[in-house]
Amino acid sequence: MDISIVVLQANGITKRFPGVLANDHVDLILHRGEILALLGENGAGKSTLMNMLYGLYHPDQGEIWIKSELVRLRSPHDAIARGIGMVHQHFQLVPVMTVAENVMLGAEISGFGGRLNHRAAEQRVRNLSQQFGLEVDPTAVIEDLPVGMQQRVEIIKALYRNAEILILDEPTAVLTPQESDELFRIMRELAQQGVSIIFITHKLREVLEVADRISVLRRGAVVGTTTPAESTREALARMMVGRDVILQIDKGKARPQEVVLRVENLAVEDDRRQLAVKNVSFEVNGGQIVGIAGVQGNGQSELAEALTGLRRYTAGHVTLLGETMNAISPRRMVNMGAVHIPEDRHKHGLVLGYPVVDNMILTDYYRAPFSRGFLLDRASIQAYAERLVRQYDVRTPSIFVLASQLSGGNQQKLIVARELARKPKVIIANQPTRGLDVGSIEFIHRQIVAARDGGTGILLISAELDEIISLSDTILVMYRGQLVASVPAAEATREGLGLLMAGVHADAIERA
Amino acid sequence: MEKTISRPGLSALLEKLRGSRALLVIAIAVGVLISFLTNGDITTAVLSSALRQSTPLVLGALCGLLGERSGVINIGIEGQMLMAAFMGFLANVYTGNLIIAVTVGVLTGALLGALLAFMSVTLKMDQIIGGTVINILALGLTSFFYQQGLTTHGKLQPIELGPLADLPVIGRVLFSNPPITYASLILIFVVHYVLFYTRWGLRTRAVGEHPGAADTVGINVKMVRYINVIIGGGIAGLAGAYLTLEAVGSFERAMTNGRGFVALAVMIFGKWTPLGAWGAALLFGFASALQTQLQFGGSSIPHQFIGMLPYFLTIVVLAGVGGRSRPPAAVGKLYQPE
Repeated sequence: MDISIVVLQANGITKRFPGVLANDHVDLILHRGEILALLGENGAGKSTLMNMLYGLYHPDQGEIWIKSELVRLRSPHDAIARGIGMVHQHFQLVPVMTVAENVMLGAEISGFGGRLNHRAAEQRVRNLSQQFGLEVDPTAVIEDLPVGMQQRVEIIKALYRNAEILILDEPTAVLTPQESDELFRIMRELAQQGVSIIFITHKLREVLEVADRISVLRRGAVVGTTTPAESTREALARMMVGRDVILQIDKGKARPQEVVLRVENLAVEDDRRQLAVKNVSFEVNGGQIVGIAGVQGNGQSELAEALTGLRRYTAGHVTLLGETMNAISPRRMVNMGAVHIPEDRHKHGLVLGYPVVDNMILTDYYRAPFSRGFLLDRASIQAYAERLVRQYDVRTPSIFVLASQLSGGNQQKLIVARELARKPKVIIANQPTRGLDVGSIEFIHRQIVAARDGGTGILLISAELDEIISLSDTILVMYRGQLVASVPAAEATREGLGLLMAGVHADAIERA
Repeated sequence: MEKTISRPGLSALLEKLRGSRALLVIAIAVGVLISFLTNGDITTAVLSSALRQSTPLVLGALCGLLGERSGVINIGIEGQMLMAAFMGFLANVYTGNLIIAVTVGVLTGALLGALLAFMSVTLKMDQIIGGTVINILALGLTSFFYQQGLTTHGKLQPIELGPLADLPVIGRVLFSNPPITYASLILIFVVHYVLFYTRWGLRTRAVGEHPGAADTVGINVKMVRYINVIIGGGIAGLAGAYLTLEAVGSFERAMTNGRGFVALAVMIFGKWTPLGAWGAALLFGFASALQTQLQFGGSSIPHQFIGMLPYFLTIVVLAGVGGRSRPPAAVGKLYQPE
């Protein structure tokens, strides 16, 4: 493979949004058959840059060259015509249609009067599957397919349009470790056959595993380009954040105290009234972090909702701080000293249309000093919010900015600030760092460990294995609504947990 | 993939009812056959009346489903029909030309479709409000401008299709109808074909299910919605023309009498497919015809109860089918590209 041919070159790309310099004279080179990782924190300008390459935005300055031809990309249409394909982070697939229908949509194979030729489209999909090792049934309906499979359909969609340059936007965010490995195999196969790939991510391990070259973006500018052989996780993290980052959480040995949360034989139904949590029992001690690992959708969300009073449980007992709870109401729980960092910060964590200051007091607005009689005490609320914003490093122009205008990392810090400032005895944290950048993750992890060292009992639910392993003292694995294993953190490995999460029984691992 | 969810009590009963839909059709067919053997004239009359009653409903349902398949709820079918009926009627009064009159009706419907599309796609208004605006507008305007005593120049007459019209039962029922009835029968199949077998249909359905997916592959979401809603409006206009120019021959205030809303129920019962909607419209039309016949027949049941029959049937059928059919995912939602 001749890797020296330049297929895409961006020179001095600059893009300004009101008040922000999103891209500052960015240079980028992509060779034929190369996997280029674009690494950067959230808000570093990765997505803006890619949207310009895909014709969704237009650069204020700079040039884009595709195959030594200067181009202007006015719309995705232009980009597709130039051989650029993009797999969006949120899949753009119609759930009720088949694989073949989704692939051909917008570029249909049709005969007289626009009559669709399904058979030809299916054959085309099969050919592409075979050529690139992307196995998928063209007649399957999208909503019946697992996420990893849907992603393949997205890749096939781009290849069907003769994409030679493939942009993958955070492709592993929704995948299990095994599915990610499979994706990397596919990426290498594509590169092997001459497809050039731009791989956007903020996960360091993946970059080192799959990329040929790595460009790091920080505050809209490329701060360095390197190769996996010449780099380490620590060095990449430093480039990305601009300072030394402690990747391995520095935490001492846990000093467990008395039990603060006891769950016995809990059963919870999901929205379709199917049993999502089956006979689950565990304990969390003060000063201890119990991690629940599992692929998303194995009952973790329902468990967290049941424990925080957002969902009724159908059987079992929950004992919080020595008190048996018959029915959990969120306010009663909060009053007892348990807090919740919800999975979906937009749906359950914040009122997006409220300013930062009002979001800071969502749990305590009704009591002194924030509330007197039925009037709010604005002065004390604002002083409190100012203090928390400073203390928890929530980056916002002012406390009167709407929560919706903060970046994901700062929104999450806002929630963490609000909840942890109450000095809770129990924390139930569900995916506390999902979709965040390294800097924010590090910050939130340190807060959680500090709370543990202060004697708080923490239940940490996460699909992110690295997070579970580095934070937890005890790891429970959830699979199809049941806890299938309990592993001391010191003995846990990624591979072992990955297998348990995929439903391979613990005994089988020991025997192997 | 069928998602079966077991539910207790009433819903379980309804679940069974759904399975027996085919049985229902067979039962009706057998019943019709027996009654034909005993009294041919009445049976033919009931069946013809069923088809007549179903025509505006199925046209209204086609209008509704073109809109909803592309993601726009059209609750203004009633108003589109009423306004088209009135304009078609006026055109008939002043030109005396039925072809011009029908064309005016169709264009009126299409124009109101364009208004709905403008409100819901361009102005991004709430779609329910947009449809309601059309309903109120149509009722107000037609009532205000209608004068009694206008005389029309006849109405559309049945066309007999040669020897086909001589066939027993179905000959009289199917092959001896006026033109809009024939047109509606053809339209059902045309819309079905376009929606499920052509490029345009695939794009329309994609826009109604996941506009983002359509947009990223270069489909113009707004244009697809505009065109579908306008064509739907034209079809609703045809339904209005049917009422004044083919069925009645004159105009009365609020003469659509809720048909636009029943058409929406028919659309849902037909699971957003033209053929399904046709079946549903025929069922409703049959119940209406039966009701009329029973009232003439001097049954001992009070006529108020017999009059409920079609509506009662609609409620039962809708409740029974509601759980399983699934509307297009993006229906009623504003599409806001990033």
